[in-house]
Amino acid sequence: MAYASLAEIIDYTKEHNILFWEAVLEDDMAERKVTKEASFHQMKATWDAIRHACSHYEPKRRSSSGLVGGQGAQMEEYCRARTPLCGSFVGKVMTQALKMGESNACMKRIVAAPTAGACGVLPAALVPYYEERKEDEARILEAMYVSAGIGQVIAVRASISGAAGGCQAEIGSASAMAAGALTYLEGGNAAQICHASAMALKNLLGLVCDPVAGLVEIPCVKRNVIGAVNALSAADMALAGIESRIPPDQVIDAMKEVGDKLDASLRETGMGGLAATPAGIEIMDKLHHKTR
Amino acid sequence: MNIFDILGPVMVGPSSSHTAGAVRIGYIAHKLLQDELANAEIYLHGSFATTGAGHGTDRALIAGLLGMKPDDIRIPDSFQIAREQGVTFSFDTKNIKDAHPNTALLLLTGKSGRTLEVQAASIGGGRIMIQKLDGIDVNFSSEKPTLIVHNLDQPGHVAEVTSMLSHKSVNIATMQLYRDKRGGYAVMVLETDQPIPQEAIAWLAHLEGIIKVTYFNSEEEA
Repeated sequence: MAYASLAEIIDYTKEHNILFWEAVLEDDMAERKVTKEASFHQMKATWDAIRHACSHYEPKRRSSSGLVGGQGAQMEEYCRARTPLCGSFVGKVMTQALKMGESNACMKRIVAAPTAGACGVLPAALVPYYEERKEDEARILEAMYVSAGIGQVIAVRASISGAAGGCQAEIGSASAMAAGALTYLEGGNAAQICHASAMALKNLLGLVCDPVAGLVEIPCVKRNVIGAVNALSAADMALAGIESRIPPDQVIDAMKEVGDKLDASLRETGMGGLAATPAGIEIMDKLHHKTR
Repeated sequence: MNIFDILGPVMVGPSSSHTAGAVRIGYIAHKLLQDELANAEIYLHGSFATTGAGHGTDRALIAGLLGMKPDDIRIPDSFQIAREQGVTFSFDTKNIKDAHPNTALLLLTGKSGRTLEVQAASIGGGRIMIQKLDGIDVNFSSEKPTLIVHNLDQPGHVAEVTSMLSHKSVNIATMQLYRDKRGGYAVMVLETDQPIPQEAIAWLAHLEGIIKVTYFNSEEEA
């Protein structure tokens, strides 16, 4: 049975004197009736698929609308030419987020985390960390359990679907998952992991899902960048000892409430927000003209 | 929902519902046809019809019908691959009454002449629901071992199926019964917790009053 709250995970870790990721692993073993080795094997395969997607970015590829592609390479070039305002590590994070979002839009193979539209956030946090810090792969896999456990609680209590809860449910959830994973990697305890997730989610609360022409392209690709950078800052706050004044589970519940109140035009219908701007409508009309 | 539904699936983008789910619909339809595909006449409804092209829904459905899974990197090239294999296909939009926004209707013909009509919906996160087979409600997810029995609507067929499963120690997770009219044509759809042995399915297929038996286990191929 998946955990119904982050508080439940924390209680479980205290009761059994184990780490956050171990609580998630145990749940997976019970849920899918698999051994520890089998569970790790699948997590490693997921990590390998993420790394494969990262290393197979194609800067010349364009999405079916022709509007997305090449910006990851542009960002990479910029970071090579000068030190970005955010610093070189965050430059790499932003580059990775763009690349993965573009790969998805261009029909390349990615790992939904938790969704395809938000597939760039977690890799943007983990892959540069793994490469720059020369981190042990086993610890990265542990961090992935942390992120999966957080994502699962969000999916159970609220939603991870843009159609149901807006972009806050996709990029927001991905950001919360990445924030928890990074906090774990940097030595944060279970409570800090949950506060990092909560702060990441809080800071994207209300984000609407307004894809131009209904496609996972504009603004989805670039929102992966804010999801990843927001995760880094939330993790840093949690590691500094800053806590979410609203308990993490209540933040998730608030996300659900906000999602329920969002107008249908702002939940993946491509009818509101950026999609409804004159430029957005022009793009949609051109595309429809093209496919006819 | 397990943790690899959260970190996963590994899939070709851009959309879990419009791309990965569409591949899966094609894939399951191809399994259900039980024949090599010759022609597919495909109708898209709702959001599949309006944003399908931009999401590669059309290419995804064909990829699945050719036996590809949602993580197959050849999905964007499926039209070309279909042509190379001599498979013909057509697409159109259709307003299907009371259907889920992401619904496809597939009219399939196999190389040995078998035909099958499948109506299926992509319900989010790459998961699907097969809603109708040859116009009869079925409503199954294809995530568990699934047994579909077409039989004459006579007493005893449900007992035959359930006692066979009991004998093989197979636990039934869900069971649905449909018929077009009393004494007419009936369909049983069972999802089970354990795989069903091949010989038990063959035995079932030969019973009197049983018209057709279809079984598939998507876990087996993982």
